[in-house]
Amino acid sequence: MSHYLELSKLSKSYSTPKGPAIIVKDFNLKVSQGEFICLIGHSGCGKSTVLSMIAGLSEVTEGVIVLAGKEITGPGPDRGVVFQSPCLLPWMTAFENVMLGINQVFYTASRQEREQIAEYYLTIVGLGDSMHKRPAELSGGMRQRVGIARAFALSPKMLLLDEPFGMLDSLTRFELQQVLIELWRRDKKTAVMVTHDVDEALFLSDRIVMMTDGPEAEVGDILEINFPRPRERQAVMEHPDYYRLREHLIEFLEIHAHKKKPVQQVSAPVAPAPPPAPKSASISV
Amino acid sequence: MDWIKRFRIDTFVFPLIGIGLCVLIWYCISGREISSTVKDDFGDMVTVTKRVGLSEDLPTPAETWAASKPYVIKPFEKRGELDQGMLRFTWLSLKLVAQGYFIALLLGTPIGFCLGLSKTFTKIFDPIIQILRPVSPLAWLPLGMVLFLSAKFTVHIPFAENVTYTASELAAIFTIAICSMWPTVLNTAVGVRAIPQDYINVARVLKLSRSKTLFKVLVPATLPYMFTGFRLSLGIAWLVIVAAEMLTGRPGIGGFLWQQYNALSYAHIILCILTIGIIGYALDRLMSMVEARFKTI
Repeated sequence: MSHYLELSKLSKSYSTPKGPAIIVKDFNLKVSQGEFICLIGHSGCGKSTVLSMIAGLSEVTEGVIVLAGKEITGPGPDRGVVFQSPCLLPWMTAFENVMLGINQVFYTASRQEREQIAEYYLTIVGLGDSMHKRPAELSGGMRQRVGIARAFALSPKMLLLDEPFGMLDSLTRFELQQVLIELWRRDKKTAVMVTHDVDEALFLSDRIVMMTDGPEAEVGDILEINFPRPRERQAVMEHPDYYRLREHLIEFLEIHAHKKKPVQQVSAPVAPAPPPAPKSASISV
Repeated sequence: MDWIKRFRIDTFVFPLIGIGLCVLIWYCISGREISSTVKDDFGDMVTVTKRVGLSEDLPTPAETWAASKPYVIKPFEKRGELDQGMLRFTWLSLKLVAQGYFIALLLGTPIGFCLGLSKTFTKIFDPIIQILRPVSPLAWLPLGMVLFLSAKFTVHIPFAENVTYTASELAAIFTIAICSMWPTVLNTAVGVRAIPQDYINVARVLKLSRSKTLFKVLVPATLPYMFTGFRLSLGIAWLVIVAAEMLTGRPGIGGFLWQQYNALSYAHIILCILTIGIIGYALDRLMSMVEARFKTI
């Protein structure tokens, strides 16, 4: 099977006065077409850095990213990005925000066709009635719906989602996960999503890539999720494998993610070992 | 109704107390005319008037009003080149200010954008800007006169009379432009630097062209800062008018003020100061209304 997206020996480092700070080191990942991948790890481990390197917003220090046979050299509308904060331009309505990208990608289509695309995607994400409102008049959840519509409307080669629901309350988050999974099912887009919510990752993805803690973060383990699709939240949670996989993820995040800790503790012996935290669904720091 | 009472006290009574106090102080330090009958050297009885007071030549509020009346009551009258109604003078001054101000905006906004966008540009030009910024209009005007000494521009306006600019007019416009440019330059630069990285990322991800990024993202994101700069610039442009007209002797509020000082007609100086203040305040209110409209984005 040919790989649609391939990250090989990907490294990212910044030069600081004390020498180069290595954020991500030797990150390898192969993603097939139509696959939904979640990157999970602790805050600040470098998962967002990996995503923004795929998006082309952050420069690759070493290694290559190949998407559909072409090396990625910079940002472009062939990768739809949903940012953590919705990143809507506040002086434009939801509709205009979506149109901004559509005008850029489908410049050969007629104006009417382009407007239809925007209306179609805004209606699907549930904003049929308020597409002509400005972001300030929309709730946080609605804004992120616009962000999702904007990414899908460009019919990109793949989707990149950077903790898109991290700022929302859990009810809204559930709703938007549903919106996302339905849109994704229609288009079968290859998707890479960064999250630190274990349940979200289990519900959405085909594979979960667990990252070790930075600095020098790398792929710690990859978990295959074989729940039948289309998925329903209730069915997924009642699946016999659900709790086993969930335990595995949490165990990784609590123990294996810190595998480099002993090295650090030599230099800082004062810090006592933290007591084992109660196992929680969402690891948020 | 209690709140109506409060409203009236806050908006009318309190400001009136302040104005009343100022007029009272003015009245106390101004000079009064005292007439006395004395015997002169020849033994004749003559009436002598002389002014007394802390500042004997300062006219009292009543004298000021009496002298100003013809200028205020007939604001559009033109009795001579330097003897016109107050609103006529104001109009002449505003015309000059508008020309200099628009040149300032036209130059200042792009310079501000360049400063905000390019670190190299900032490093090259920021020292010069910082040196030129505090220079007084009184210093710029003579330079303007030298610059345009032999220049005489004629602007051809279709379907209307040609407008010819004299050297002094050009010097005044130059001074207004160069003095009022800096707030626009600096505020625009600050605004461009304050654009959230998120907006720029959106433009990069969508691969917007340079001009589209500028007009769809950068300019709208900077507008609130730009308008703060525009408002401050207008204040300075109006401030400079007096200096510019004084030194060039052009008809206008500043020119009238200086002429009346030379003519020992001190009441008119106060009239001019009050007019300049009121017009300046009105312009500022007007601009902050425009500014508030753009603040909502």
